[in-house]
Amino acid sequence: MADNNKNPNECPDTGHEWDGIRELTNPPPRWWTIALYLSGLLVLVYFILYPSLPLVTGNTKGILGWTQIKEYKEDLAKIEEKRAPFEDRIAALSAEEILEDDELLRYAVGSSKVLYGDNCAACHGVGGYPQPGSGYPILADDDWLYGGTVDKIIETLAKGRQGMMPAHAELLTDEEVDGLVEFVINSSNGEATEAEWKLYNEKGCVACHGADAKGIQQLGSANLADKVWRFSGEPDEIRHTILHGVNDANDPQTRVAVMPAWNEKLAVRLEAEEYGDDPEEYYEGDETERLTENEIKKLSIYVHQLGGGE
Amino acid sequence: MSEQAKSAELNINDIYDEVSDWHVNAGGTKVVAKRMSGRFRRLKWFGMSVWLIFFLGPYLRWNGQQAVLFDIPNRQFNFFDITIFPQDIWMLSLTLLFFAILLAAVTSIAGRVFCGYFCFQTVWTDVFTFIETRIEGDTPQKAMKFKNAPASISKISRITLKHGLWLAIALLTGVSFAAWFTDAYQLWHDYFTLQASLVAWIVLGMFTVGTYVFAGFMREQVCFWLCPYARLQGVMYDQDTVLPAYDAERGEPRGKLKKGAVDATKGSCIDCKVCVAVCPTGIDIRKGQQEGCITCGMCIDACDSIMDKTNQPRGLIRYASYKDLHHNAQPAALYKRPRVIIYSFILMMALSGVGYGFATLSTTEFQVIHNRQPVFVQLSDGSIQNRYTLKMLNKTNENIEVEYAISGLDGATLHGIDHNVIIEPGKVIPLQALVRIPDGMLNKDLEHVTFIANVVSNPDISVQYESIFMGPK
Repeated sequence: MADNNKNPNECPDTGHEWDGIRELTNPPPRWWTIALYLSGLLVLVYFILYPSLPLVTGNTKGILGWTQIKEYKEDLAKIEEKRAPFEDRIAALSAEEILEDDELLRYAVGSSKVLYGDNCAACHGVGGYPQPGSGYPILADDDWLYGGTVDKIIETLAKGRQGMMPAHAELLTDEEVDGLVEFVINSSNGEATEAEWKLYNEKGCVACHGADAKGIQQLGSANLADKVWRFSGEPDEIRHTILHGVNDANDPQTRVAVMPAWNEKLAVRLEAEEYGDDPEEYYEGDETERLTENEIKKLSIYVHQLGGGE
Repeated sequence: MSEQAKSAELNINDIYDEVSDWHVNAGGTKVVAKRMSGRFRRLKWFGMSVWLIFFLGPYLRWNGQQAVLFDIPNRQFNFFDITIFPQDIWMLSLTLLFFAILLAAVTSIAGRVFCGYFCFQTVWTDVFTFIETRIEGDTPQKAMKFKNAPASISKISRITLKHGLWLAIALLTGVSFAAWFTDAYQLWHDYFTLQASLVAWIVLGMFTVGTYVFAGFMREQVCFWLCPYARLQGVMYDQDTVLPAYDAERGEPRGKLKKGAVDATKGSCIDCKVCVAVCPTGIDIRKGQQEGCITCGMCIDACDSIMDKTNQPRGLIRYASYKDLHHNAQPAALYKRPRVIIYSFILMMALSGVGYGFATLSTTEFQVIHNRQPVFVQLSDGSIQNRYTLKMLNKTNENIEVEYAISGLDGATLHGIDHNVIIEPGKVIPLQALVRIPDGMLNKDLEHVTFIANVVSNPDISVQYESIFMGPK
């Protein structure tokens, strides 16, 4: 303040002096003083309104009752509110109907990305392409063990899948195994010979993999006549599958391939509906629901659009 | 006391004596600047009138919409027929660069022209002090007399009137600012019916309080202690820069003029201090160039009027360069001054960039992202499939219907998009697309494929994007 900042020769001092330099009594500017007191006031107001002082057990709560977790939950509720109309429509429509609705389809795909990442990507990989050699089915291609329509994918998600191929180490001779390996490789290219087909039929493979070797979706058996390999196209790996089977409890070297059930209650209901029964009669009360019905519907749509949905 | 201590004390007293001229204006004394008419006063009014655009601009309509609208919720900037989306934000950067360099260029040629004639702080302060001096008197003496007068109905009503007018201007400033960001007419309606959004109220509150405090109370203190530009002006000056300056050679030694007597030993300055009285920041220009000077030229008007009265030539205080004052030399021609050349070059670059941007403003933006997880998939029939995300932004004002196709890759077919897509104005619709190529048709593990987006409703709009197609090695 111009008038307060007197010429040093005229200004009184505090009496403190160091090497001839005096400490003057000029006050700080008024606005500065006011700002200082205001900031003090602000602290006081903050302490009253918000959680602040740590006590022996817990802390002062503040009269606003604000907490971080509360704010988080409120924000979450707001998002849920925004999503609610979409979720309601998804619940009301069938998966097939959702595929026809551009806007709802975009919502389903967009909101499933995180769901997929949390629940599916660990095995099936981001984008539906698992780590090569890991033995998990590729979701981005058009080869479906149990069917690639959205409704079939919903069924797969709801009740889980566990196919079974018996180990053949005890049942086949080495030559027969070699012949079948050749058959599987050649049939993938559509070049299997008549002799190989004969072996395939005689050794009973046909029972599960079908007369055309394209697999049977009711059983979940692999398609041996296409270019997609369930486990691997390497001769040694094919031999391993034939010798030890898949999910054969009696063979410790068997391949393990289990898709867990994500909503058993829904699975029971789907099955009951298929036979026209009342699902209530089938519930045993211990059905797990790892994913809600809406989540499963959205995920099946997500998987369906990864590259090969039917 | 030893000799040494004595000499130390002497030195310190010298320092104290030297600073007896100190005048730090930290707001303790209110500056009441006398208002005088003159050339620069007219220029200042003219400069200030530019701000009418700020108040009136939002009400301009164009094709039934607000002509200039910074539509933040919809992330677009409407400027008459043109709509600018965030993708074109680089044009804003260039525009800002243009104005920043323009400021530097003007400053290097003619000083703080912006400060003196255009700056909102100067302009609003000038209007506020205009009101104040009309009500409370236009000299420090009159203002003091008014302040010390006993409370009376007249005094209280005058003070109320002053603050009322200030607040009215402050409120209008707040509304006008907010009006650039939302429909202006609707905004007034919302404010009057108390239905405005929280953001609108906060903006109004901040600008009202800010204007009232900054222009009503802080005034020149903002220039002194808050404004960075005032502090860095010095680096933009050179010896050719013309500024309002006191011709000390002609003016000194200053002294009071005795009636009828021309004192040959004295300079032209009659020490009337009118130049100080009219200064809006309260500085004495005769002490030389200083930070507080906003180069508004009020002191030039004031001094010229005194020179006229004392029958001396005008221009004791005038726009003059350092070279002019100290070497009696004219400033160098503009094209010979490196600063001017460099600044002009940057100005031209920025301007042509913005011009290019406006000339080539596209109506759509099309982008294709090749999915990397996985880069490709082999299907059961052996064909190779790649997955893409197609993003089309509609920058026109109406819905567009888009049809997608591919070309440039033999045997490739487009899947996953079974119908045309309608895109609303300003919206991006991301689409998943699949491209398949039959087994054996792919020659290399990396090929190129061109995506084409045709707007069905407007055959003029057809955009392409080249992406890659990957397969097994």
